[in-house]
Amino acid sequence: MSIPGQQAPGGPEPILKVKGLVKHFPITKGLLRRQIGAVQAVDGLTFDVLAGETLGVVGESGCGKSTMGRLITRLLEPTGGTVEFQGKDITHLGVAGMRPMRRDVQMIFQDPYSSLNPRHTVGTIVGAPFRLQRITPEGGVKKEVQRLLGLVGLNPEHYNRYPHEFSGGQRQRIGIARALALKPKLVVADEPVSALDVSIQAQVVNLLDDLQTELGLTYVIIAHDLSVIRHVSDRIAVMYLGKLVELTDRSSLYTRPMHPYTKALLSAVPVPDPGRRIKRERILLKGDVPSPISPPSGCRFHTRCWKATEVCKAQEPPLVALEPGHQVACHHPESVPEPVAAVSTV
Amino acid sequence: MTDLHKTGAVGEPVRPDTAPPTAYLDVRDLRIHFPTDDGLVKSVDGLSFRLERGKTLGIVGESGSGKSVTSLGIMGLHTVGQYGRGKARISGEIWLNGKELMTADPDEVRRLRGREMAMIFQDPLSAMHPYFTVGHQIVEAYRVHNDVDKKTGRKRAVELLDRVGIPQPDRRVDDYPHQFSGGMRQRAMIAMALVNNPDLLIADEPTTALDVTVQAQILDLIRDLQKEFGSAVIVITHDLGVVAELADDILVMYGGRCVERGPAEQVFHTPQHPYTWGLLGSMPRIDREQTERLIPVKGSPPSLINVPSGCAFNPRCPYADVPADGITRTERPELRPVAGAEGGRHHSACHMSQEERTRIWTEEIAPKL
Repeated sequence: MSIPGQQAPGGPEPILKVKGLVKHFPITKGLLRRQIGAVQAVDGLTFDVLAGETLGVVGESGCGKSTMGRLITRLLEPTGGTVEFQGKDITHLGVAGMRPMRRDVQMIFQDPYSSLNPRHTVGTIVGAPFRLQRITPEGGVKKEVQRLLGLVGLNPEHYNRYPHEFSGGQRQRIGIARALALKPKLVVADEPVSALDVSIQAQVVNLLDDLQTELGLTYVIIAHDLSVIRHVSDRIAVMYLGKLVELTDRSSLYTRPMHPYTKALLSAVPVPDPGRRIKRERILLKGDVPSPISPPSGCRFHTRCWKATEVCKAQEPPLVALEPGHQVACHHPESVPEPVAAVSTV
Repeated sequence: MTDLHKTGAVGEPVRPDTAPPTAYLDVRDLRIHFPTDDGLVKSVDGLSFRLERGKTLGIVGESGSGKSVTSLGIMGLHTVGQYGRGKARISGEIWLNGKELMTADPDEVRRLRGREMAMIFQDPLSAMHPYFTVGHQIVEAYRVHNDVDKKTGRKRAVELLDRVGIPQPDRRVDDYPHQFSGGMRQRAMIAMALVNNPDLLIADEPTTALDVTVQAQILDLIRDLQKEFGSAVIVITHDLGVVAELADDILVMYGGRCVERGPAEQVFHTPQHPYTWGLLGSMPRIDREQTERLIPVKGSPPSLINVPSGCAFNPRCPYADVPADGITRTERPELRPVAGAEGGRHHSACHMSQEERTRIWTEEIAPKL
């Protein structure tokens, strides 16, 4: 569905189009800051985000999912590729050029302790977007901020309090209120609940859910927790070492994962049911994720894959649609539908 | 049998035990309080449990519920004192293998620590000394308790690194902690904890800092090692999934107290406390398609300085207005055995009558999960 040209007529338009996105962080050495290598954090991502959907992005630490989030919000400058937001190329816009776009693209950060200025009151923090964008909302900034605090489930009278007076879950709500201040269209949330306790995590997940319905938001939610991602996402992208390995809708990903990495990742999640632990088949991956400074040749997963053959070492598998709406980058995909020949590559 | 506590008559609160302990680890009415400028923080307030060799106890709770304070208390790692910053006031009994640790000579406890009981910490990077090689630190832990030369110690370190699955252990033994990846560091921590074959292993959030694929490796390792060494294991975590993987028994903590405990299957399948329902309802499930919303626990965890009188969970409990069974709401509910639970080891501390709780669980909560 997300491949250009395969767009179902009348379906939702992509709000964000990402093509061949690359980010390499240079590693320099010596007095002259000579470049001796690069961390290939994100290496060629192509995907679309459809209006009104929630795209979940999962992967282990170091797979580049946060970098991807910062690239599409243009907090980082891409090394290559293009990012198109609502038909406009924003890949290399400067600070001034991005400013009008910032109203429409907002971000929720992981750590509610370091993403709020401890010296500012909640009123100042949530009101900052209005000041920066030189907007006076109807009824004044204060009234609007109080409305926003109410919207995310905080007491509007806490306008003059400081972040330290709030608990972790409440702080995350402040961050959400700030992100929603300018009525954005796209919200990128980087690990929005991973720093919170289980009971609070559920409150915030439900809040994000309600706000999406209420305000018609599009989310890109980045998380490492596959259970949270399953709960919140419509479509899910699985990343490994800077590459997309699988991209499909929620139910096919969890019931019929095609990439061996996805399969291993899903089997590794502990299931909160003591009766299940014996019956379950678990694929144990050996070792750790290789370094993104010198990623493996060919398929980046071949060093840990139990299905790897010579072709995996030599050739990088392209991300192709093996089923309508189910894109996989693998030479030996799992559970492929029978009429393989009928499915064309992109 | 991991007899958590003596079985009282059904419905009767469990009385403090005065009989000499029979279990391998027997913690009785443990209280750990910290005096602070704002008041007395009652991190652990009357916790009792038992654990046998070869069994795993999972302690579950949110941050601030007293899980880690309990584990440090068992290890004797709190600075004890009546006043002053960071000093802990501890009371209760900790029986390990027939020996009472609270009244024991500190030197004796130190000899037990590492040899008889060992701990795996959450963050291996800060738990290991960055200036010494991994091997050096494992050898040190070994030589403190065993009168052997360095060469034998090193051999032992290599052997254990090999056992926990570090590749090329004879070379990696000379690496510094920063040269290890997160998962390998956690393995090295486990090797260090196991170097003296302890009978009690406490793992405090052993996999929280790790990715799922590495977490699965470490959980398997802990399970295999327990089978091999027959140790008693306490796993402390906030992740119900991890507990379901490992634990034979589960103890749910809230506000420094145990609100429910029992065999893992019973706690997961017929939970008897609204807080346990809340934890189960808050958790997105990977194993099923969920169209329903999550059922979160409203509010946030209590301050341990002003723990509500009565049930600590009362302010967040959706069933706080259900008439209490036999005791007043302001009275603190004690752990009572669950009637009809197989083995009689399932206990919970709730004001509601058991019939009411069973009805709420089967009719209102379970269908939504």
